[in-house]
Amino acid sequence: MRIIVPLKQVPDMNQVKFDVERGRVDRSSAGTEINPFDLHALEVSVQMKENMGGTVTVISMGPCRAESSLRDALARGADNALLLEDRKFAGADTLATSYTIACAIRKLGKFDLIICGEKTVDGDTGQVGPEIAEHLGIPHIAYVSRLEVREQTMVAQCEMGGRAYTMESDFPVLLTVTKDLNIPRLPGFRDKVKARQVVVEVWGTRELADFVDISRCGVRGSPTRVHRVIIPSEENRKGKIFRNAAEEAIAEIAEDLLRHLN
Amino acid sequence: MKSNQEVMVFAEQREGEINSISYELLGKGREMADRLGGDLSSLLIGHEMADTAMELIYHGADRVYLYDHAIFRDLDLLNYKHNVVKLVREVKPEILLLGATHWGRSLGARVATALGTGLTADCTGLEIDHSGNFTQIRPAFSGNVLAHIRTKTKPQMATVRYKVMKSLPRDTNRKGEIIRKNAEVVPSLLTIARKERLEEVNIADAEVIISGGAGLKKAEDFSLLADLAGLLGATVGSSRPPVDSSWIGKEHQVGFSGNTVKPKIYLACGISGSVQHLAGMRESDVIIAINTDPSAPIFKIADYGIVGDLYEVVPKLIEKIKRYRS
Repeated sequence: MRIIVPLKQVPDMNQVKFDVERGRVDRSSAGTEINPFDLHALEVSVQMKENMGGTVTVISMGPCRAESSLRDALARGADNALLLEDRKFAGADTLATSYTIACAIRKLGKFDLIICGEKTVDGDTGQVGPEIAEHLGIPHIAYVSRLEVREQTMVAQCEMGGRAYTMESDFPVLLTVTKDLNIPRLPGFRDKVKARQVVVEVWGTRELADFVDISRCGVRGSPTRVHRVIIPSEENRKGKIFRNAAEEAIAEIAEDLLRHLN
Repeated sequence: MKSNQEVMVFAEQREGEINSISYELLGKGREMADRLGGDLSSLLIGHEMADTAMELIYHGADRVYLYDHAIFRDLDLLNYKHNVVKLVREVKPEILLLGATHWGRSLGARVATALGTGLTADCTGLEIDHSGNFTQIRPAFSGNVLAHIRTKTKPQMATVRYKVMKSLPRDTNRKGEIIRKNAEVVPSLLTIARKERLEEVNIADAEVIISGGAGLKKAEDFSLLADLAGLLGATVGSSRPPVDSSWIGKEHQVGFSGNTVKPKIYLACGISGSVQHLAGMRESDVIIAINTDPSAPIFKIADYGIVGDLYEVVPKLIEKIKRYRS
């Protein structure tokens, strides 16, 4: 079983600061981590490999520092890691990102499954997975919450519009998975030491030269542009906080509840 | 791609029933088409749905492209994609809108990629300025930021969040044309082996939500919240911890990995307000928080807050409301 897991390094959302006045997102104070949704994709892939044999390759596109997330993925059971790093890849929207990753997957060769997290905590589009599938011309199943893989085929359950669908597909296929699928493992000390010995391969435009049309990467290949960023303040909220559950507080809230209901 | 200023809305249906997001998109699409001086069309793909096509006209569409084929009795991703892409190439709309449902986001991403155009996910605002520039507004960074996005390719595509746009009242005097299109069938590759209806808790539709979080001590204590909810005709919600402990079903979960809600009143009991939870409820009209920790982030976005124990506050609140009512 050859499994590919695209993953993204994201800022730890609990530490990111938002500058309301200047409309700026300050990631400098925040640590980075593997997008939490991607950990579930990695976990199911590693479990599959443990049960059926095969390899798990993790791919990330980003700056050099994204290597630390790939190493974390190796410690969590991935076999190979590939970083797509080039100035020409920077500033990519989902179309250019999915294109570049799809080109790298073509260069890697034959695979059975690509498994992604359902979305990222920073971009929150959920588009890159299905877009990779379209670039590669393979089917995809999104929002998978249960998965059973056999030798030649797989059965996945996903929820869409108040219904649970049980879908079957041959390989190759791309899945995006939800947090309901599993509980990701934590790497132990020995796993981390082992992960340090693996070489993280780095590909740029040179390595991908025969597979990629540079004009479709990065800012140049991105049809969408962030025109402005606004950080909404909560100042229009009343913000009336009562320090204890005194009669007066209960009364005001009860009245407010009833007023809004009428 | 040359454009003719047409705004197109993908009408999402399941087993013949139109998802209300599609009517909301027609409401917004009508306004946008009028601003651009173009037509509003809708794309309906299904099986034996001619009557339903009229509903789209009654809700604002000038034209409905209707695909009627047995292959569309259920969600067939690659056949949907193939036919949407083919129609868009033929009609060349300026803008194509889909609901930001699981299906809309999944199909939309493939359609956009096949067309080589941009897609903005999960929009909460769509604006057209005097020069006809189309700006898509969407939350990012778990809802902490609103990004204004423009697309330089056509069609400009967006998926739009549920309940942010207003549908027009149904008006049977509205006129429009239904254009029947022939479906082209391609290999499905995916098979639907089984389909079950899930128990429907439409928390996204609720006007009032009473949510519990890690401040609850045991599963049974949700009954306290259910008592208050019953009194107010509210729906019970939850943050992630009680769902993880299997105290309450996933369909009740509010937050980044659960449901995004926008009720008139959101009452958070024993919820500290993680980034993930706030992402799912910060758009609520009125937010009321009850928490023992005065530094809990939930208080930063609350209209009203009580620093106190929910086990003390909620019964008092129930009692007070009962007294007012009688």
